[in-house]
Amino acid sequence: MQLFVSDGAPGNLPVLAAAGRAGARGKLLISTVGPEERVVPFLTRPKLPVLKLDSDRYLFSTSAICRYFFLLSGWEQDDLTNQWLEWETTELQPALSVALYNLVVQGKKGEDVLSPVRRALIHIDHSLSRRSCPFLVGDSESLADIVLWGALYPLLQDPTYLPDELAALQTWFRTLSVQEPCQQAVESVLKKQGILAFRSYLQKQPQPSVPLERPVSNEPEEDELPAHTLSEEEIVIAVTIWEQGLEALPTLRPRQNPVLPVAGERNVLITSALPYVNNVPHLGNIIGCVLSADVFARYSRLRQWNTLYLCGTDEYGTATETKAMEEGLTPQQICDKYHTIHASIYRWFNISFDFFGRTTTPLQTKITQDIFQRLLSRGFLLKDTVEQLRCERCARFLADRFVEGICPFCGYEEARGDQCDKCGKLINAIELKKPQCKICRESPVVKSSQHLFLDLPKLEKRLEEWLGRTLASSDWTPNARFITRSWLRDGLKPRCITRDLKWGTPVPLEGFQDKVFYVWFDATIGYLSITANYTDQWERWWKNPDQVELYQFMAKDNVPFHSVVFPCSALGAEDNYTLVSHLIATEYLNYEDGKFSKSRGVGVFGDMAQNTGIPSDIWRFYLLYVRPEGQDSSFSWTDLMLKNNSELLNNLGNFINRAGMFVCKFFGGCVPKMTLTPDDQRLLAHITLELHQYHQLLEKVRIRDALRCILTISRHGNQYIQVNEPWKRIKGNEADRLRAGTVTGVAVNMAALLSIMLQPYMPTVSTTIQTQLQLPPAACAVLPTNFPCFLPAGHQIGIVSPLFQKLENDQIESLKKRFGGGQLEDSLELKVIIFPRAVKRDNCKHVSMWGGIIYALGKNDSFILPEAKVSKAEAPTEIANPEQIKLLTDAVTKQGNIVRELKAQKADKAQVTAEVAKLLELKQQLALAEGKPLEASKGKKKK
Amino acid sequence: MAAAEELTLLEKLLGLRRGNKYSAQGDRQIPVLQTNNGPSLTGLATIAAHLVKQANKEHLLGSTAEEKAVVQQWLEYRVTRIDGHSSKEDIRTMLKDLNSYLEDKVYLTGNNFTLADILLYYGLHRFIVDLTFQEKEKYLNVSRWFSHIQHYPGIRQHLSNVVFIKNRLYTNTH
Repeated sequence: MQLFVSDGAPGNLPVLAAAGRAGARGKLLISTVGPEERVVPFLTRPKLPVLKLDSDRYLFSTSAICRYFFLLSGWEQDDLTNQWLEWETTELQPALSVALYNLVVQGKKGEDVLSPVRRALIHIDHSLSRRSCPFLVGDSESLADIVLWGALYPLLQDPTYLPDELAALQTWFRTLSVQEPCQQAVESVLKKQGILAFRSYLQKQPQPSVPLERPVSNEPEEDELPAHTLSEEEIVIAVTIWEQGLEALPTLRPRQNPVLPVAGERNVLITSALPYVNNVPHLGNIIGCVLSADVFARYSRLRQWNTLYLCGTDEYGTATETKAMEEGLTPQQICDKYHTIHASIYRWFNISFDFFGRTTTPLQTKITQDIFQRLLSRGFLLKDTVEQLRCERCARFLADRFVEGICPFCGYEEARGDQCDKCGKLINAIELKKPQCKICRESPVVKSSQHLFLDLPKLEKRLEEWLGRTLASSDWTPNARFITRSWLRDGLKPRCITRDLKWGTPVPLEGFQDKVFYVWFDATIGYLSITANYTDQWERWWKNPDQVELYQFMAKDNVPFHSVVFPCSALGAEDNYTLVSHLIATEYLNYEDGKFSKSRGVGVFGDMAQNTGIPSDIWRFYLLYVRPEGQDSSFSWTDLMLKNNSELLNNLGNFINRAGMFVCKFFGGCVPKMTLTPDDQRLLAHITLELHQYHQLLEKVRIRDALRCILTISRHGNQYIQVNEPWKRIKGNEADRLRAGTVTGVAVNMAALLSIMLQPYMPTVSTTIQTQLQLPPAACAVLPTNFPCFLPAGHQIGIVSPLFQKLENDQIESLKKRFGGGQLEDSLELKVIIFPRAVKRDNCKHVSMWGGIIYALGKNDSFILPEAKVSKAEAPTEIANPEQIKLLTDAVTKQGNIVRELKAQKADKAQVTAEVAKLLELKQQLALAEGKPLEASKGKKKK
Repeated sequence: MAAAEELTLLEKLLGLRRGNKYSAQGDRQIPVLQTNNGPSLTGLATIAAHLVKQANKEHLLGSTAEEKAVVQQWLEYRVTRIDGHSSKEDIRTMLKDLNSYLEDKVYLTGNNFTLADILLYYGLHRFIVDLTFQEKEKYLNVSRWFSHIQHYPGIRQHLSNVVFIKNRLYTNTH
């Protein structure tokens, strides 16, 4: 049999490895052909590798070829192998070809490569870790392993794309990679060129279309944990603790003011990313940092850890200056105005800051300048001249996005100062042809300006040492680890820390008097100065790494500032700063499968949430329920209604209300006597397990997952009531009435436990339940690790009333309309019809919390400007794939013919006009699909 | 036709009496079969092969190593190319390729009827139904094969019978 291969075709790897493993190598005659050679006579598109059998049949599918080799060696087909191979071709390959194309042909790195395949990698990892042996099928490596290994090898041979979190996948991959057939295949395919070996082949292949994304999921990742069987011991412990009652609670520690670290205690310092002052935060911002941090802060206090939770507004920067100009106010007035707006939004959301400060304070200047002087005197700063565009009329240097001109590469007329939207190339603003100030349309001039740079390369070694120590034993989220690692892998470059602006912290250095610090340099210092405004003993928190554990919450676009830039400044300043111990970054929250957009009025913003009539606790619950933890998620009105009505009303609210009502109705408001049966004891043990799970998850800051534990306990509770029917038994004999009492008593105690577990998530509802149940204050402030009887027999409860209200369909529909959900859906629908695959999910779902633009000495800067991303995302230039363009081109031609024919026939004028309108519409769609600007005038001229 | 429905047709065709229940996964609605004695199975081709074994009709999966590989290759073609098509152009290419492949064959593996014929028939039905007579004539070999398979006992069930005209209408198209 003859095997046709083409140099660098990824399919060669599994085929050669399978031939080696199945002992078919000797029977093969291998011919190398060009990548575009049509070996199989009946296939229009070339496909390689191909196996031509002695019967003249062709196998053109890589996995069929591998399968054939194994079949020849006597292997029998089985369901599990079939399933893996089917998954490989339908799920893995489409994702993998996008990742490989991005990596090999487009030279992209990091998330651009990993994110298309992440789901698939996790799927393999989970499947492997569920099995007790390190292979996919059976107990040694077989067909499925070889096929998947071969498919994944080009990507995973670079350890960057094999994250440590996927330990089982890592082990599997390494085990296979050292097998002889695999090694031989690698040698003959890669020819020691690494990934580049695939380049020229892949360049000749059509660009893979992005597989249709699954809709972002709000349901938890499937985690099929085997049902835990309770041991006798666990039951005994649960019962013992239950019987100890309130004595089992730890003693309450009083809260000090100000909160300061205490030696020998767990001192937890929590910060939330500082929201940028000129924007009203939207729901994505709120769940991304302040609300997530709040849940953890509340949990931390419930654990009696010594907790300080801080945040504040980030106020300096160009964006503030621009906003001030727009509104005709001074920058200070803008900051004052928006600071108040932010503060009141967070108050409404019940965010439990110990202090909510701001960055425009004298202490900010003092601390920033101190760190600066220390860096300067230790030689970690560089001076360099930077050429910049300056608008003489506006008397300002133009930040990259304040200048527009003709792209030097493709001639596109509206290229921005940092990047061209048409060709996507990065541009140095001074290279733009015919640059224009975006504000006054004057032509700017090139002026050189001296700037200071933080010498990150010089600090890189210290940073790596610190990261090495910190990452090993901490709870950084996987995305934070990944982003940080990719920054280090690309090598750090010096970063400019000064700007030609007025609104900022002044630079205390000769020759720099008219400059200020760049926001990203001093914004992270904001945490320190905000603490200093809270207490003059701020250094006990911030220069105390041995006693303080620092948790920092943010959305993933802010990670580099917190994991690389600020730590470098702090390490270089050599002043024993407290550095982040746990960096908790979320993914993005979409709005109804689109993105939040202030300019288009799409989405719910903090101040509007208050006017919906939906209580803040419901907002908190839903946002936390869909928290983008580990993957993007989306806000949806219908889903909000569903979760409110099913989880809150029918599950949680129903259980707590019934438990309380039974006490009131059947026992005069007095908790009845409880005699536990073995079934009750098992229930207590089950709840204890669920409570342990809740603690474990929250200690790892898996906020969304821990919320599920609360709902599970209340589901147990509803079942318990349903099975035992206390409302029937209360009318029965003595034993029945006793049983009704026990069930009611246990249920109302579960409600008490739930009220405390719920406190971090829904503080108002939690207090309401506790008032209804008259839970003793000592019990309200501490969440024990086990489940004691909080409300003993004889305890008098208060007045019970329903906790939640049903959300009605028409109410939700009208909110949807009001907040643009409806419009958005329409426009999305339209897009879906026209470009079934063009609706790309843009990674930029919300406005960055850190204003300002960054430039560096290194020209090929890999850092994506947060704001640049936003404006790009909002520009209507999503480029459709070639197939759609072709479809539209065909439609335009067809419609053009219709119009011509009608005109030739001198048809009715109205009819012609109608058809012309259709034609113009199609042309517009085509222009949009090709990413061209819309030219309305073109159509007119033609007439 | 939803995958679950197709698998039910297949069960009937294979003479399996106890009907299985299928669920669907993800936005592509990939079928999942919960088996009694083991973990669930996911994927149309995987479940179909499983049903064939359950019905003791292994010959439908091919009898030689070569035939088995060819059957699996066409099952893969079904779930990737046919189900994953993204444009009319894709469908045209697919029909063109199949037409050329089937030129010297009665069935997809050559001379034996297999699971590949069944699943390609079910997968292509919705496209073939919409073809014009001119197109059916253009893809003459596909039409011949399809017409043959749809008359195979028990396979068509409630699906519509596609009409092919025996004598050529468009003599100048070839």
